[in-house]
Amino acid sequence: MIAESFSVEKGDYLRAGEASTKMKNMLKKLGIGGSVLRRISVAAYEVEMNLVIHSFGGTLSINVDGDYIWLISEDIGPGIPNIENAMREGYSTADEVAQGMGFGAGMGIPNMKRNADIFNIESELNKGTKISMGFLLGGGNGE
Amino acid sequence: MTIEKIVSILDARVLCGEDKLSLVVKSACCSDLMSDVLAFVNEKTLLLTGLTNMHVLRTAEILDLKCIIFARGKVPSDEIIERAKQMNLVVLTANKTMFTCAGLLYEGGLRGAAMTWDEEKEEVK
Ligand SMILES: Nc1ncnc2c1ncn2[C@@H]1O[C@H](COP(=O)(O)OP(=O)(O)OP(=O)(O)O)[C@@H](O)[C@H]1O
Ligand SMILES: [Mg+2]
Repeated sequence: MIAESFSVEKGDYLRAGEASTKMKNMLKKLGIGGSVLRRISVAAYEVEMNLVIHSFGGTLSINVDGDYIWLISEDIGPGIPNIENAMREGYSTADEVAQGMGFGAGMGIPNMKRNADIFNIESELNKGTKISMGFLLGGGNGE
Repeated sequence: MTIEKIVSILDARVLCGEDKLSLVVKSACCSDLMSDVLAFVNEKTLLLTGLTNMHVLRTAEILDLKCIIFARGKVPSDEIIERAKQMNLVVLTANKTMFTCAGLLYEGGLRGAAMTWDEEKEEVK
């Protein structure tokens, strides 16, 4: 099993996206390509940006395990008050700084859900949010 | 459509990737919202945008885009152009609004990138 973890800082727009691009290159080296690589990369970038924009900081990790690649994001808060809202296309609480950089369409989480073969989100107010996404290698979503 | 032709249609300036103007672009997308680009772009296409920050390049890297056009004559920082060079991107700047750029390219025969989920939704669910 191959696993790698990246810490992502709150508000660090300069480095934001670094973890996802590193992951993408790592997967490419493992011979993963095509639609599954695109789906993982898009989901990783969206979840990483959410850590930067909305969380107090967290980690993004990737596990390559048998038939699945798992992408897991865990943060230390503030948690999502209403997950149903957060899952809705167009819902966003992004501030002006994030909006000025091209974020805040409220498309990130719906986008992750569509791209992943397995999507799970758990969140507790004042504790944190955990998002787990599984991608089936060969023959998953849109393959 | 070749990037060369795009340069001439938009009367654009090439900021980097001069050696790759013969590349052929099959479709285009146009947005300032990176999540929209990430949601709807499925193919190696060109991105027309008014944003000139690092996230435009990150988005291009995630999606393997080949060409970025900055509208309204915007020119990004040297750091961003340097990074675009490393990524082998062609970067253009066009001194017209995004609407006009898109209109001219459409008129010239370029079409929108397929919306990712149009075609895949059926199979997924
Ligand atoms: N890690 C997180 N911690 C706390 N809140 C979050 C987190 N991730 C998402 N949210 C909340 O869920 C909302 C929806 O997230 P989503 O990624 O779909 O949209 P966005 O980030 O606001 O905009 P976009 O992703 O289109 O740039 C966010 O606006 C925010 O309120
Ligand atoms: Mg988001």
